[in-house]
Amino acid sequence: MSSRRPRSWQPSSASRITDEQINDLVSKLQAVLPEARIRRSDRVSAAKVLQETCNYIRSLHREVDDLSERLSELLASTESSSAQAAIIRSLLM
Amino acid sequence: MKSSTRNPNPNPDTPRFGPSKLMLAFRFLRALTLVHRTAPNSSNAARSRRIQRAAFASMAYSAGPRRAWSRALLCRLHFHRARRRCARRSRAAGVPRRPSTTRSPADGLRRLVPGGTGMDYCSLLEETADYIRCLSEQVKLMQSIVDSVGPGGR
Repeated sequence: MSSRRPRSWQPSSASRITDEQINDLVSKLQAVLPEARIRRSDRVSAAKVLQETCNYIRSLHREVDDLSERLSELLASTESSSAQAAIIRSLLM
Repeated sequence: MKSSTRNPNPNPDTPRFGPSKLMLAFRFLRALTLVHRTAPNSSNAARSRRIQRAAFASMAYSAGPRRAWSRALLCRLHFHRARRRCARRSRAAGVPRRPSTTRSPADGLRRLVPGGTGMDYCSLLEETADYIRCLSEQVKLMQSIVDSVGPGGR
């Protein structure tokens, strides 16, 4: 891969990557997004897919932050051994 | 369905957590236990930050070095740990933050995905899809832990 190519939004016309390859990758990305955000059957522009992807990643990061806070509170307030027992039970069943 | 995830088990009756997800769970739980044991009296904010770092670390270790985003995350985590212990250094290992005059969605994505600024467009798309898959697994894991331990959990 040419690393000297400017990282522009559109690859330069002389690149070895075809538009088809890019469309394929974009649709794979669309498939990973939840249905609520973007319907998989819809043909949307690559820009829209990337925009929704950014929004989705930001919301996932926020969820991790939020869940980290809740876990932190739970760790402080819960008896450690019973917490571990509950977790292991839920994971194995 | 093509098994593009690391879970090789096509059995529809798989337990809720396949082998790779169990590894993720195991790593994260071990990190949680460590946080609880080593700093039981620290502030909620500090503990929460440590848990958040543990979440990203578990994700990155489980994905391993085969992915650019996991390598970038592991580098970042180790760098931050070293930086806390030593005197303040410049952000040499980090990515210089220059304001971009052209805001394209790809630029936004590069900032969100670990290691994104160093990738070509195609790699960025591939890495993003994998990153999202692993990130949502991590979120599901954390949610199920909160659900099982939280009020009503025993």
